[in-house]
Amino acid sequence: MLPNRHGKFGPFGGRFVPETLMPALYELEEAYRRFRKDPDFRRELSWYLKEYAGRPTPLYPARRLSEALGGHLKIYLKREDLLHTGAHKINNTLGQVLLARRMGKRRIIAETGAGQHGVATATAAALLGLECVVYMGAKDTVRQAMNVFRMELLGAKVVPVTSGTQTLKDAINEAIRDWVTHVETTFYVIGSVVGPHPYPMMVRDFQSVIGRETRRQILRLEGRLPDMVIACVGGGSNAMGIFYPFVRDQVVKLVGVEAAGEGLDSDRHSATLTVGEPGVLHGMMTYLLQDRVGQIKGAHSIAPGLDYPGVGPEHAFLKECGRAEYVAVDDEEALSAFRLLSETEGIIPALESAHAVAYLAKIADRLPKGAIVVVNLSGRGDKDVAAVKEYLSRKEKR
Amino acid sequence: MTGAERVREAIEARNREGRAALIPYFCAWDPDLETTRALLWAAAEAGASVVELGFPFSDPLADGPTIQAATQRALRHRPTLEDFLEFVFRLYAEGYPLPVVVMGYYNPFFRFGIKRFAREARRAGLCGAIIPDLPLEEARPWLSEARKRGLATVLLAAPTTPEARLKRLAEASTGFLYYVSVTGITGARDRLPEDLALRLDLCREVSPVPVAVGFGISKPEQVRLLAPHAEALVVGSALVRIVESEGKRAPERVKRFLSELVSAAER
Repeated sequence: MLPNRHGKFGPFGGRFVPETLMPALYELEEAYRRFRKDPDFRRELSWYLKEYAGRPTPLYPARRLSEALGGHLKIYLKREDLLHTGAHKINNTLGQVLLARRMGKRRIIAETGAGQHGVATATAAALLGLECVVYMGAKDTVRQAMNVFRMELLGAKVVPVTSGTQTLKDAINEAIRDWVTHVETTFYVIGSVVGPHPYPMMVRDFQSVIGRETRRQILRLEGRLPDMVIACVGGGSNAMGIFYPFVRDQVVKLVGVEAAGEGLDSDRHSATLTVGEPGVLHGMMTYLLQDRVGQIKGAHSIAPGLDYPGVGPEHAFLKECGRAEYVAVDDEEALSAFRLLSETEGIIPALESAHAVAYLAKIADRLPKGAIVVVNLSGRGDKDVAAVKEYLSRKEKR
Repeated sequence: MTGAERVREAIEARNREGRAALIPYFCAWDPDLETTRALLWAAAEAGASVVELGFPFSDPLADGPTIQAATQRALRHRPTLEDFLEFVFRLYAEGYPLPVVVMGYYNPFFRFGIKRFAREARRAGLCGAIIPDLPLEEARPWLSEARKRGLATVLLAAPTTPEARLKRLAEASTGFLYYVSVTGITGARDRLPEDLALRLDLCREVSPVPVAVGFGISKPEQVRLLAPHAEALVVGSALVRIVESEGKRAPERVKRFLSELVSAAER
């Protein structure tokens, strides 16, 4: 069972945090291990996932998309975009905020990049009546002003972070600084399978409801396991969530799709696993985008949720041991897929999820007839339409 | 003498005079390396005992706004650990009298290779390292490389650290144990926790090496209050603030301010 008791996935993971937080990490791990076995907690979480968030989500056979890609594949979309707040993020925030309440913590903090995790955290905090503070890079608060307003409507306080690159990685730094300062009263809800142990494990467990449902649904629909599961990877929580219940099924090929942004050789991408190198950031040993001397580089993607220079340590491990494959598609390819899915299925995907669709479109020709492919449609694209419109009009002018 | 011995001896020598030792922190390259060199000499002339020299990192998550800003200024010079060690080597070639320890986040050391870092640090005369995001659980490889080269290891302990763990942290430290005064990040503070003296006394009971206290110390009154309870005091943000406002002219004022703190450190 991974991780081991030190939170390691092979050489990756661990707890690279200031001493002040170590007792809090032990407390969290102990509480999490206790409550995840507690029938009462499990019942409570399942109830909220079903009655509030809208689980289970459909595993939808995308026939028109299959047709458009040659007609030889059976493509299924795992519809996480249909969940409350529009993405898979709510699976994790409900789990963590319920845990926080059981641990007697009244104050919730979170980081957010594009704002999806911030909204999902503010939602769960509002639902359970807890105080919520969200750290967001100052640049992101401008780019994603609607999500800032959403969080405020939900009663959260949004703090713009002006240090460093003023994006997600700096928001995480600031959230950790807050946690170090208010560790006795505060629960830090991390938004992806990143950070110090036990977060990568805990977030994976909360998200693996996606993979468990998918496995059950595909066996019922097709009577066999899929040949391939594809998911986009920023920090990697939706991918880890759908991969995890298939990890032991060696016949199922697992593919994580990173953002190649403006190209892998452009220095403007987020393809951490594809071209990054191991290092330590945000409490974990993992693959990072960094320069020769170990300073962390900025990341870029047209999909704001993929814009992170690190990645979950378990993905680093799955890459290293060869169990999962990691590839990258660029902004243009993601945009084409964004349109393709909108036009063929009437589903506007999040730009993040469009990366997974784009990779499928790219390799469809090479897949054998009758292959079953599941794409994790981690979020809906309403949040992205304005940005896409602007991007396209800018491109026309050029 | 090994690096670790030099650090301990510098602190203990000051203690024998009935004073707590002062450990100033500067961020290398802030605002440039020439000023850093002048600041280090100013610290020596003011009567500091050990110098903590920061190697800037892009994501300093244990630091408050003052040191974050210093880090940003320093990063503009695109610093490397090679250059850092070269700087230390030259400093000692000029006859610099104080032991210098590096304070830096783990990734640059990891990237450089900790085995190689320990070897080359020793060659340059650097005396040890403080790595705030390397808690005991992750520190084993570094502790063993450091021990091999006689470099001082300095683990941090915090108000949240349970008593049994304090002892393990102290035993893994060969230079000094660094007690973080507050649950929080670096930065000057007007008030320090009320039980701080008690916690320090507890640290000193279990620690085989000197205990230094840091985070938030910025005034002679605070130094006077804490000196009887710690072998050494670390002052960081208060000095970095002077560098921020005075730039290249900072060394003279830093020297005056540090002298005040040194004379307040009577035990």
